[in-house]
Parts: sequence; C-alpha cells; structure tokens
Amino acid sequence: MADVSPSGSPLVELKGISKRYGDLLANDGINLAIQPGEIHALLGENGAGKSTLVKILYGVIEPSAGQILWEGRPVSLSSPVEARALGLGMVFQHFSLFDELTVAENIAVALTDDWDLATVRSKLGDISRAYGLALEPDRAVWTLSAGERQRIEIVRCLLQNPRLLILDEPTSVLTPQEAEHLFVTLDKLSADGCAILYISHKLEEVRRLCRSATILRGGRVVASIDPRERSARDIAALMVGNEIGEVRTGTPHVPKGAMLTVSKLSMPAGGLHGQALEDINLVANAGEIVGIAGIAGNGQSELFAALSGERLADKADAVVIAGKTCGTIDIDNRRRLGAAFVPEERLGHAAAPTHRLSENTLISHAATEVSRSGFILLNAARRLATAIIKAFDVRTPNGDPQARKLSGGNLQKFVIGREIIRQPKLLIVDQPTWGVDAGAARLIRQALVDLAGEGSAVVVISQDLDELFEVADRMAVIHQGRLSAVKPVNEWTKEAVGLEMLGIAQTQGAVHAV
Amino acid sequence: MRFELTPRPTISPVARALAPVLAFVTAFLIAGVVVWLMGRSPIAAFQVYVLQPLSDPWALQELLVKATPLALIAIGLSYCFRANFWNIGAEGQYVIGALLGSWLALKTHGGFWVMPAMLVLGILGGALYGLIPAFLKTRFGVNEILTSLMLVYVAQLLLDYLVRGPWRDPKGFNFPQSVTFDPAATLPLVADGSRVHYGTIFALVAVIVTAIVLGRTLFGYRLKLTGDAPRAARFAGFSAKHTTLAVFAISGGLAGLAGISEVSGQIGQLQPSISPGYGFTAITVAFLGRLNPIGILVASLVVALTFIGGESAQILLKLPLDLTQAFQGILLLCVLSADALVSHRIRFITRGGGK
Repeated sequence: MADVSPSGSPLVELKGISKRYGDLLANDGINLAIQPGEIHALLGENGAGKSTLVKILYGVIEPSAGQILWEGRPVSLSSPVEARALGLGMVFQHFSLFDELTVAENIAVALTDDWDLATVRSKLGDISRAYGLALEPDRAVWTLSAGERQRIEIVRCLLQNPRLLILDEPTSVLTPQEAEHLFVTLDKLSADGCAILYISHKLEEVRRLCRSATILRGGRVVASIDPRERSARDIAALMVGNEIGEVRTGTPHVPKGAMLTVSKLSMPAGGLHGQALEDINLVANAGEIVGIAGIAGNGQSELFAALSGERLADKADAVVIAGKTCGTIDIDNRRRLGAAFVPEERLGHAAAPTHRLSENTLISHAATEVSRSGFILLNAARRLATAIIKAFDVRTPNGDPQARKLSGGNLQKFVIGREIIRQPKLLIVDQPTWGVDAGAARLIRQALVDLAGEGSAVVVISQDLDELFEVADRMAVIHQGRLSAVKPVNEWTKEAVGLEMLGIAQTQGAVHAV
Repeated sequence: MRFELTPRPTISPVARALAPVLAFVTAFLIAGVVVWLMGRSPIAAFQVYVLQPLSDPWALQELLVKATPLALIAIGLSYCFRANFWNIGAEGQYVIGALLGSWLALKTHGGFWVMPAMLVLGILGGALYGLIPAFLKTRFGVNEILTSLMLVYVAQLLLDYLVRGPWRDPKGFNFPQSVTFDPAATLPLVADGSRVHYGTIFALVAVIVTAIVLGRTLFGYRLKLTGDAPRAARFAGFSAKHTTLAVFAISGGLAGLAGISEVSGQIGQLQPSISPGYGFTAITVAFLGRLNPIGILVASLVVALTFIGGESAQILLKLPLDLTQAFQGILLLCVLSADALVSHRIRFITRGGGK
C-alpha cells in the first residue's frame, strides 16, 4: 500500500453534502475525505444513504446542498460522463454487460470513440497482467462466471486511468477464493496510487482491506474509524445504532421425519441463459434447516421454482411435500399442503411494488383468511398486514404503505414474516438476507432458526456462506444445476464449500452424492 | 440540453383531482387554435360542439345512445388493460357479436325468446372472436396487438360479404343491407318515444358489476397483480394463461354485446358499416377514464359529445368530421400528460451547466 500521510491533501473531499427528497433527508451534511491511494470503506445499513452519496459523487444525481472538492478545487458533476472525465470509475453491484458480446466488445462499447477494438485488446492484456485480472478478450460474456464478469467491469474502469475507483458491494457474487483474488488486485491498485471507495456490509472484508471507514446511519456520518482497530461487532453496532446479538440456536434441532423429499429432479433450462437442473436429491426433515450454497446463476432460482411449483416437474414423485407427491401440482396447492416460499427478488416477485402491504398479503394468503368465496376481506388483509408488521418489526413510513416505499431490509422482513405467520410446515427461502442490513438479517435468521425449532422444515438457499454456517444444520452446494451431497454443517469447511462452488470437487462429490 | 421525468416523492391529492379539468381546458384551447387556423370562429365551434348538444333534450338522448357502445366496450377493455394485455381488436369482436346475434334475427320469425337468445349469441360471438388472439398468445406466444388488430379487418370484410351476398334483402333494391329486424328481434326502448334502448341499462350494469369485481374480488386483484407484477402473479398461483383467456373472453363478450345491442336497438338491420369506429374509440375512452369503471362512464359521455358535436359542426360550420377524431386524440394526449405531470416532474438538464 502506498504510504500516504493522513495530513496530505485529499484527492476528493465532500463537504456538507445534503440531499433531500420531499420530506426525506437522504444525506444530511456529509463530510468525507479520501486520500490518494487510500482504500476507504463506506459502511451503513440499507437506507443509510450510501447509494445516494455515491450517486452524487458519480454525477448521477445532484446534491441539494454541499460541495465536492477534487484535489482541493470545487467541481460540479452533472453526469457520469463528467465524473469519468475527472478520473472517477465505478463498478456497480449489478453488472451492465451485454451477454451476447465478447469481453473486448463489452469494454469497447463503454469507452469513448477514440478507442478501437485492437487498442482495447492490447490494453486489456497489459492491465490483466499488471493486476492479475485474467480475461480472454474473445469469450462471450454469457459463458463467464460472476467473478470474471466483475473483472470486465473493473478493467473497463481501469482503462480510463481512474484516480478514484468506487466499488459497490463487490464481493456479493464472489466465492471466498474469488474475493481474496479481488483483494489482492485492490491492494495493488492502491499501491499504484489509485484511491478506492469500498462499499460493503461485510465487515470482515472491510477490516481486511481498509484503513479508514466512514459509517453512515440515517443519512448522517456517525463515525469515522480505523476498522482494523475495532471488532466487527463494534462496527456493526455503530451501523445499526445498537448492539447486535448473535442468533440463538437454542437446543440443537432434532429432525422428526421428512417434510420435503426431492428425488431425481431434473428440469431443462428455462431460457437461453437459464441453468438446467440435473438429478437433484434432497431431504429436509421437520425441525431442521438445510442450507444450499452456491454462486449465483448455478441453478438456485430454477431449484426454487421447481420446489415452489412455479415450474412443474415431469414426474409427480420428483417433489414430495408432507408425504404427498406434488411434482406436478401448482404453487397454490403446495401452499395448501403447508408449504411456504420466499423468492430471491423482493420487488416484483415476492411483492408487487405499487401495491399496499395489505394487498401484498393476498399474494400468498389468497386461498386463506383474507378472502371468502372470491371476495377480498379488506379488513382481514389489513389486520394481517399489521400483525406481520408488529411481529417482525417492519419499519413503515405509514400504516399501510406501498411495498416499494419500504427499505430492502424492512420489505424482506415483511415478506418473510408473511410466510412465517402462517406457521408453515415447510419453508423454502431463496437468499433470505440478500442486500439486507445487519439488524434485519439477524432478525430474519433468528426467525428461521425459531421456525425450525418449532418443528418446521426450512430450506435456505443462500450465497452467503457465513449465514449458512450460522443457521443450517445440514448443507449442500449447488454447482451447474447439480447438488452435492448433503452433509452436517460441522463436516464442512469453508474451503471445501468453496471448492464445491467452483465445481472442482465434483469428482469426489459424485461418489458420495447418493 | 435534454430533459427527463423524475417521479415526485409525494403526489398532491389536489393536483390529482385538478389534472383532468386542466387537461380538458388545454385540449379545448388547442382545438380552438386549430379551428381558428382553419378560418372558423373557435367560439362558434365551442357553441356547436359542446353547448348546443348539452342544452337540447333530443341531443342529450342521442348522447346516451352514442355513449352506450363506447362504455360497454371500454369497460370490457379495462379488464384487458389492467392485466396489461393489449386487445386492440374490440371493433372486430363488436362486429362478430352483431353478426352472430343478427343471424338468429334473420332466421327466426317472432318468439319471446329471440331477443334474449340474440344477446347471448352476441356475447358468445364477441367472446369467441376475442379468444382467438388470446389462444394464439398463450399457445404460440404470438403478440396479441397484431392478431387482434388484423382480425378486425377479417370481421369487417365478413360483414361486408354477408350484407352484399347471402344476407342481402332480396327486396332491398340491391342496396347492401339485410331485411329490417322483426319487432321480436328489436331491442326495446327504455321508455316509449325515447331513443334510449336497453343497451344503456346493460352498460350501467356492466359499470357497477365491474366496479365490484375490480375493487372487491380476488379475480379483480388477480388482474391488477398480473398487470403490475406478472412474476408476483405467478408466485401467487395465478396462471397467466387462464388470466389471458378470461380477460379476452370478457372484453370480447362485452364488445359483442355492444354490437348486437347497437344493431338490434339502434340500426334495426345489418349494413356494411355498423360502427363509426366505436371499438377503436373505446380504447381512448378506457384510458380517459383511467381504467376506472366510473371514470369510463364519464369518459364515454364526453367522447359521445364530441361525436354529436362533430356531426353538427360538419353541417353548421362545414368543419370536417376528421376534426372530431383529432380532438379525441388531443384530449387523450392532454389527459395522459396531465396524469404524468401529477406523478412526475420535468427536469431540464443542460450539458455542463450543472444546474
């Protein structure tokens, strides 16, 4: 790392940045300074104002008040084009790549006109070698893993010689091995004098990578710290504003008979870049949590759709819920057997963004207490929504808001609460705490553990290994539509899981997959 | 310089209520300029278009007669549009409904059962014709906008063939029209001496039933969810296929009912043209009414007014009938723009200005 004295003049300095949306003050007088070559963490819960601040810095939105100083000079950034011209680069959490184009083409389209494909190709080689970002210029993007796609985004920024690189939750789609690789690259960049603003909620990473961190809460800076001097627990407490307990497992879960049995489930890929499922075998017993790890895009959403009944299997006995074969019956009838489901996407899949929470209860409760002979019982729906809001500590701007008005964490609490309040015998949940703040994540994990403790079977599909190691009793890894053996969590190591996630352990996996 | 629409964080209820009023005023101002550019007095045009029809009892009845098919069809279309399915072929479903009902009228001679049976056939004809694009969509993934629109021309040409060929009145001096329907095959008037037939009652019933279905039933929520978040609808266990078939059957059925009501209650026989484009204008009506049943009722009266005003303007001011359609378009544009401006604000962005 470059040795930069903190008293040196900062590369970029935000002074009193405020952003108001109507009554909401998303950023409230934020001060932040980043030195050249510094890796600076920006921490905060969802809704703390991180994305607003970054968008202001990257010229996507304009601040209501405040000043941005670039090398001590005030600048006004009214578009990302200007921000890039100044020397800012940003790698977004969601990649913006064309699946059908090659790596080099994807990089070329994002650059200004004076770049041709040949220049891109040669520069790409230089940068790849310098920073260990291995990329084949002629591979089509859809054949690449998430880690490789992220490298494209990073290289794309680096080609423009940025002075400050902004990374938004960069490790959320990476395996532990890929993440470590990224950290090495970032250390090198920093040593070469490129400053990095690193947005994350994974505190261990921040402690590994950064020497300074700014913590936001409710749109304000609550602390500026050296993350290496504080424990992850301390930092989390600063983010949330109170102490976060650990998930209580209570008594070890005692399995009592199979609630979900999946046998020889195969399914063709749904779309062009979908993932086929091959010969999935899985048992979830009453009273236990079964975790399914894997890198995004390896068949998790397909497995969820097959278990929920959004896509039907060919054979009825491929999926058995509570003793009934139901591979060919739809989601509503599976719910009637006592199953409940929480998909990955909160907005648009689990909930309708523009509908009120009371209406959103209808999505999974339509057949039960909130309707009678085809008519909606509006009052019952409102009561149910209120009960969920209370039981799961959902913070809402008013009594019955539209789903999209809730922050990610609060909506996720609502969506999970909506299913748990039905006391399901089987709960299948895909990415339960994806993009959710630490406080909400803890509450959700606790609710899952408690549900299993009361004798329900829970299947958790997650990319977050820490989460699975924390809550699951048994665990398996999905890779390219195949599921590894399901083993008790204490028989897994993170390294073993990582190898399965990359498909390297597949040969041994096949032996004990029976 | 470019400009973009950004959503307002809060939407003022006052602005929401005032929006349609301002939209109307703006539409009238624009239409006034057009009339003035055509060398006529905008004030005289306003007089003829709006004030005269509203002050004349005969014209007021005519208003109901014209609003009836518009309201019936637009109510049906609102089922489709809410669920985000684009049935552009109501005109064709209207024609086929009228044809199937009229077939019974032409084949029978009296009987109390004839009229109800004609109405049922009208609904059935429209519904089945509406199910063709729905089936093509669910089975083969064909875009319903194209198929429903093209089927309009098929229906119109079929009508044309029938009234010039097999169904032509042999004693009709070779005019392309069918015989006049029996009294038993004529939709009764609501009151003697009036011009308003029972179709108006059907339209009112459709409005009330639809208000209940869309606002209070699971089926109504299903349509809303399918339109607003199709993936959530599938997650809720609502089959997209069944929803598609249902909304096309409903909107086709109501268009068919409008068709047979118009032919048996208003025209009294089949002729090459049985609609001044009600099926297409109803799309405007549905959106003018914001897909809300009561809104559609009001919008159908407003648009009917432009039809009647347009006819008198043609006679009295020698203004072309096309102006009426232009005005309907201007009105829709103004209403949609007003709605957009209530929920969004315009931001002008000057390059490099940073303002």
